[in-house]
Amino acid sequence: MATGIKDRVAILGMGCAKFGERWEADADNLMVEAYQEALEDAGIETGRIDAAWLSVGFDALNIGPSGIPASMALRLDNVSVTKVENYCASGTEALRGAVYAVASGAADIALAVGVEKLKDTGYGGLPVRTRGTTFDMIGVVGSAPGNFAQLAEAYRTRQGIARDDLKRAMAHVSVKSHDNGALNPKAHLRKRIDIDTVLNAPMVAAPLGLYDCCGVSDGAACAIVTTPEIARSLGKTDLVTVKALQLAVSNGWELQGQGWDGSYFHTTRLAADKAYKEAGVTDPEAQIDLMEVHDCFSITELVTMEDLRVSEPGRAVADVMDGKFDADGSIPCQIDGGLKCFGHPVGASGLRMIYENYLQLLGRAGDRQRQDNPKLALSHNLGGMPNQNVAAIALVGLEGA
Amino acid sequence: MTSILAFGAYVPRQRLERRAIAGAHAWFAPGLRGLAKGERAFGSWDEDPVTMAVEAARNCLDGRDRDEIDGIVLASATPPFAERQNAAIVKEALTLRDDVFAMDCGGGQRAGLSALIQSLRGGAGRQTLCIASDRPLALPASEDEMHQGDAAAAFVLGDGPGVAEVLATHAVTFDFVDRHREQDRDHSYSWESRWVREEAFGRIVPEAIGDALQKAGIAASDISHFIMPSPLKGAQALVCGKTGIPAEAATDTFAATIGEAGSAHAPLMLSHVLETAEAGKIILAAGFGSGCDVLILRRTEGGHRPRLTVSDWLARREVTDNYMKFLVFNDRIAIEKGMRAEFDQKQPMTALWRNRKAVLGLIGGRCTQTGAVQFPKSDISVNPNAHAVGTQEDYKLAERQARIVTYTADRLTYTLDPPGCYGMIEFDGGGRMYAEFCDADADALEVGQPMRMMFRIKSFDEMRGFRRYFWKAAPAG
Repeated sequence: MATGIKDRVAILGMGCAKFGERWEADADNLMVEAYQEALEDAGIETGRIDAAWLSVGFDALNIGPSGIPASMALRLDNVSVTKVENYCASGTEALRGAVYAVASGAADIALAVGVEKLKDTGYGGLPVRTRGTTFDMIGVVGSAPGNFAQLAEAYRTRQGIARDDLKRAMAHVSVKSHDNGALNPKAHLRKRIDIDTVLNAPMVAAPLGLYDCCGVSDGAACAIVTTPEIARSLGKTDLVTVKALQLAVSNGWELQGQGWDGSYFHTTRLAADKAYKEAGVTDPEAQIDLMEVHDCFSITELVTMEDLRVSEPGRAVADVMDGKFDADGSIPCQIDGGLKCFGHPVGASGLRMIYENYLQLLGRAGDRQRQDNPKLALSHNLGGMPNQNVAAIALVGLEGA
Repeated sequence: MTSILAFGAYVPRQRLERRAIAGAHAWFAPGLRGLAKGERAFGSWDEDPVTMAVEAARNCLDGRDRDEIDGIVLASATPPFAERQNAAIVKEALTLRDDVFAMDCGGGQRAGLSALIQSLRGGAGRQTLCIASDRPLALPASEDEMHQGDAAAAFVLGDGPGVAEVLATHAVTFDFVDRHREQDRDHSYSWESRWVREEAFGRIVPEAIGDALQKAGIAASDISHFIMPSPLKGAQALVCGKTGIPAEAATDTFAATIGEAGSAHAPLMLSHVLETAEAGKIILAAGFGSGCDVLILRRTEGGHRPRLTVSDWLARREVTDNYMKFLVFNDRIAIEKGMRAEFDQKQPMTALWRNRKAVLGLIGGRCTQTGAVQFPKSDISVNPNAHAVGTQEDYKLAERQARIVTYTADRLTYTLDPPGCYGMIEFDGGGRMYAEFCDADADALEVGQPMRMMFRIKSFDEMRGFRRYFWKAAPAG
């Protein structure tokens, strides 16, 4: 069994573009915006970067094929650039490439950049696209809310709870994220909302109303990673290191096999177990200080609390209603506003989550800074749909924590 | 000559109140109010004569060995494809043997009865599946729009004893143009009904019936069930009067409940008569259109009954007064479908050919080592306890009942019948799939609900003139 990469790679610098309907910006502009911030934070020149990974979710939009667009936009030094796509988990996948390059010794300093320009489609929501020749003949096109909405009824049936109770807990998830996003200048949606607004919003895919769904926006985020030694040699003192980076990918059991009831993410549970093991986390509820999870929909965040084992099985609704995951709760979740307020520029989202965790760990999160000196933070980046998906988990923390 | 061994039918679930049609046109064609009685059946956006034929045939074949079918004939005046055999699609959906004879049959109103008569002439020892299915289109505010309806009927023909034996057949053919429609038109043009009544139902049809009765050596007064579609008021009575067939023998034309289903109508009426007629009773079916076909049958003892009879289909109904929905489902009006509808639905034909059993036949795989069932079939089993390689055999899922595991009613995804309902279903006996739902009431769905698979249109490729078919799950019952 592999021992993992805990503390072998440090984050040298990170950057994040302002997310939103960036009508004035191309994908190139968004990448540069995030990259300039990261370079400045890292205190290096482009020439120090040995290799890069670029994450983009939608191929037919944005920047087109290959790693070339990142190399051109950022004027990289003709280093290797690998484009990665792993559904909505692409951002974490880019980081994984860069981190593994450093951990293996193949690169001293590596770059992960994620970008998505979604607001060139002409309509709201994620673009409709082919999912392969066979799927298009026998699969369900559906929409993202339609796919994720199914968690709700399955979860409700499993737990035997009332529709209204679940709907109210889902609403609390969204209200909490909007409270957080209001404090974040880089968030797309910065208005607070009240619970009645959520409960009374038009239905998108029952029981998901408009405010149970995250927004769609343009954005970019990036990370520059290196070894702790090089980081120190560059003058860094408080280091944030990667504690674990794990993926679990559906192999068809949920979709085609037998036994999955549709109320949880099989892959998130597997990825969490692997990540906790890699990071040496034995009691996630006690050890994790804050979380950024893939709150594409309120119900996704809710069931994910149990999948990550920060809520006891069946306790997610009660924990959410008790404020456990609010900004002032015991484990704040989406303290930056989450996908809910940032929107979901697919290739950038995973890196955006880690950007917030990085800021919080270094005490640089401004108005929304958590005051209890967080040491270990989790991000959970999910791609696909409940019955077929990629779950990516990244644990980052202070060196030595 | 062979016998009818089994019969079946299909009527789409939705019924439009005719007064809703007449009401919408009252400003322009107030005369339609006189026809505004009862309701007409209409298929959903994802139904066409091919999908309706599949449903009628499944109904007829329920409990029968499909491998005994040697031939399939599909009659339709409104087939979706002018090139690409429609009967072949039905064959794949029914998972009939590959070495079957197949033929499309068209030409007008009597095509269904013509196909039936021709199929009854099939050779000894052969079983033929004969289906008639129509979804006639009409211009808004036309009388056809009021009269017509969508339906299909199916029969298995072969060596008796069966449900009914043939006593005589007869046909006359004339280029009598009471209605016509060129290949690229989507509605027919009709001539004055007074002329049709007098020349066709006052002369051509009675003469053909008289000759058929003479051939069979049967007196008109011996006919217990007289089947003759015609939307013309009093046509049945006129023919009875001219031929001597007792007026009370005239059977329900479903004018009030379904409407006239083109070439499928005489077969549909026959399917209904076979459901109710007593053994020994004589049935005469006449079909008019460019001449006249006459079929005389005697109901025999017993025989195979369908899963659902015409009466059952009549009861399976959802009545609406939503005339706009009817127009949209029949592509009579262009509506703003939104950008999500722009998704390119180009079908790679090579992939359809490779995957035809899964796509058209809903055939999955069953692991010969573990018994695990899955859809679609794959080289390596999905069973997490035994990812066996190359162990799966064909396993048919279409006739198995399923239950809902998860579901949604999606108002964002593109469908012509929002909300789009879909979810995970699990088949009794194993195997699951993520499926679109059809004929579903979004508010009545629940986890555990029993579902039955139906062959439907999955999507249209409007750019290239193609439609994909696949299976969807409908509430069972």
